[in-house]
Amino acid sequence: MPNMSMNKVPVPEQDPQVRSRNFEEVCLGYTAEQAVEEATRCLHCKNKPCVGGCPVNIHIPEFIEKVAAGDFKAAYEIISDTNALPGVSGRVCPQESQCEKYCVRGIKGEPVAIGRLERFVADWYREHINEMPEKPESNGIKVAVVGSGPASLTCASDLAKLGYQVTMFEAFHTAGGVLVYGIPEFRLPKAIVANEVNKLTAMGVDLETDMVVGKTYTIDEMFADGYEAVFVGSGAGLPMFMGIPGETLAGVYSANEYLTRINLMKAYLNTYDTPIKKIKKAAIVGGGNVAMDAARCAMRMGAEKVYVVYRRSEAEMPARVEEIHHAKEEGIEFHFLNNPVRILGDDKGRVRAMECIKMELGEPDASGRRRPIEVPGSEFELEVDAVIMSLGTSPNPLIRSTTPGLEANRKGCLVANEETMATTREGVYAGGDAVTGAATVILAMGAGKKAAEAMDQYLKEKHGR
Amino acid sequence: MVKIVRKKVLNSSVTLLEVEAPLIARKAKAGQFIILRVDEYGERTPLTIADYDRERGTVTIIFQKVGLTTQLLGDLNEGDYIKDFVGPLGLPTELPEGTRKVCVVGGGVGCAIAYPQAKSLHAQGVAVDVIAGFRSKDIVILEEEFKAACDNLYITTDDGSYMEKGFVTDKLKSLIDAGNQYDVVIAIGPIPMMKFVSAVTKPYGIKTIVSLNPIMIDGTGMCGGCRVTVGGKMKFACVDGPDFDGHEVDFDELMSRNAVYRGEEAEEKERHACRMEQLAHDVIR
Repeated sequence: MPNMSMNKVPVPEQDPQVRSRNFEEVCLGYTAEQAVEEATRCLHCKNKPCVGGCPVNIHIPEFIEKVAAGDFKAAYEIISDTNALPGVSGRVCPQESQCEKYCVRGIKGEPVAIGRLERFVADWYREHINEMPEKPESNGIKVAVVGSGPASLTCASDLAKLGYQVTMFEAFHTAGGVLVYGIPEFRLPKAIVANEVNKLTAMGVDLETDMVVGKTYTIDEMFADGYEAVFVGSGAGLPMFMGIPGETLAGVYSANEYLTRINLMKAYLNTYDTPIKKIKKAAIVGGGNVAMDAARCAMRMGAEKVYVVYRRSEAEMPARVEEIHHAKEEGIEFHFLNNPVRILGDDKGRVRAMECIKMELGEPDASGRRRPIEVPGSEFELEVDAVIMSLGTSPNPLIRSTTPGLEANRKGCLVANEETMATTREGVYAGGDAVTGAATVILAMGAGKKAAEAMDQYLKEKHGR
Repeated sequence: MVKIVRKKVLNSSVTLLEVEAPLIARKAKAGQFIILRVDEYGERTPLTIADYDRERGTVTIIFQKVGLTTQLLGDLNEGDYIKDFVGPLGLPTELPEGTRKVCVVGGGVGCAIAYPQAKSLHAQGVAVDVIAGFRSKDIVILEEEFKAACDNLYITTDDGSYMEKGFVTDKLKSLIDAGNQYDVVIAIGPIPMMKFVSAVTKPYGIKTIVSLNPIMIDGTGMCGGCRVTVGGKMKFACVDGPDFDGHEVDFDELMSRNAVYRGEEAEEKERHACRMEQLAHDVIR
């Protein structure tokens, strides 16, 4: 008999007052008892609507059944069959718009906490077993994976399992892409990412850091050196700015820069030499998950006031509801329906304030969201000493500009077949933000998975197998 | 990790390191830069490539010990390793078609980057004058190297302790006024120097290329920390530069942006000293 409680078993979290000043993980995760209790809420629907909502098609009811039975190892094996990074996706997936959105229990009451259960299983496995995968027998075929974010990690993992000799090229000094430079420690501990990378190297994947593909090494050179297929998962790199006066003042950052200093370069730890500005009052411009991460980091770095300035209303915010909720709990103030007009500096060229204008919502625009319109004469100054622009990113041109035959669309995203992720150049596949523009970790993982399958097909045909 | 194969102390604060980096040496061109990290706890620091040897597979950097990273770097010796060394980044220097005569102006440690420019142009048969400016005699570097890489070498010192007394800008102006027809002036040095060189050449309409070294993290366009205003437009020095038209660069803005972390850097130095002490303490125990 299923547990018919309308609500999810609550998950323990760090107290907001405490956690807003540390970088420890916010969500503490289920205990075994809590996980078992939550797992019994699953109705095991025959048509499994949740699975259809998952970009990597995890066998959700099956793994939940194992959790309910207390067989966490078996649950892990079911998840890892289709998902190379369960510890990651269990933490950062927007479950509310994917698997949990389709959960039948969600019609009346809350859906089954699929994300929390996935995380529990991944953590339990890492803490209790953490067996490194064995190196599969090599088929002697060399393939290259560019980048080491979620798309690339997934693609490399799937190709390695099939016996390919995979080399992964990363521009930074640490593998993980956005999982290490972008998403903060308090949402995704870096030890978890490192553990996933270790699994890849255990499977025989060669990791080459400090390699900027397009500069140090090109895709043409990879083919000349005997790589037979290449996956490009280079992410969406270039930060966007607003084009308003004052954006080059000292104290204005892209979210990429601010987060990279803190997350990749560990400015929050005294043992690292990374300099970071002590911010008193910060304005974060934007309404996505990255804006929430930047705001919450600023708070943890000791800011007295952190404002999120967003030009639409709360309902239009692209950030996950959970992230907004957490940010509010931590004392971050939201200025909805406000748009920066210019940033004002002091006599030394440092930020002293940001001038904003109030907005109201008009007719829906191309995105289907109501278009924000300026309210004339409503300008006001927000006193801040730092502004963090979190307006999204566009793909880095480094690879497409150095790889003949690789086509991009008007936005600079690589053109790839939706089913196979094949680009316009033979043997080159691409996925993740490099193709879609800024999107989610799990979509990138799905793309890496599809690409690995298609690359395997392509190479099998090429070798007449 | 890259191995240091040669170390040469050029003066009390400027050091040359030649490191084994064959992939970078294979691609490097004058004007490009690398990013390095001394150790696991280090910052990512950009440095312009001072020289490269494709056959030996080495890249040379020359730097002044000003901050924590360059201090640590200067303490390394032949046979030691640098944790991370990435490049070549940025665009190589590009001169207009038909350039016949160039004046390369170097200021202080900037001469380290001016030198390969002069050398490569001289080798291509371009007429090269070099003006190398230093604060005083004791910090003059690369004099012999410059002599071999140009037609005329002019050294100036601010205090007159060596060769001509004065600033590079005075010398440049007098050379131009004496009838030297430069197609291009390349200025590399402290920001104020590049600013004033650009101001000197502007009335004469001489194309002036400056090499900027703003704060950056990744060097691939990702952080946007290196943004500079050039001709009223926002540019990223790491991917659009580091060379820009000196007549278009907003130098004052660059100066204030480069000063952002000055206070924090001093603190990091302090903190680093504490860390080292702690480490030493732990080792002794």
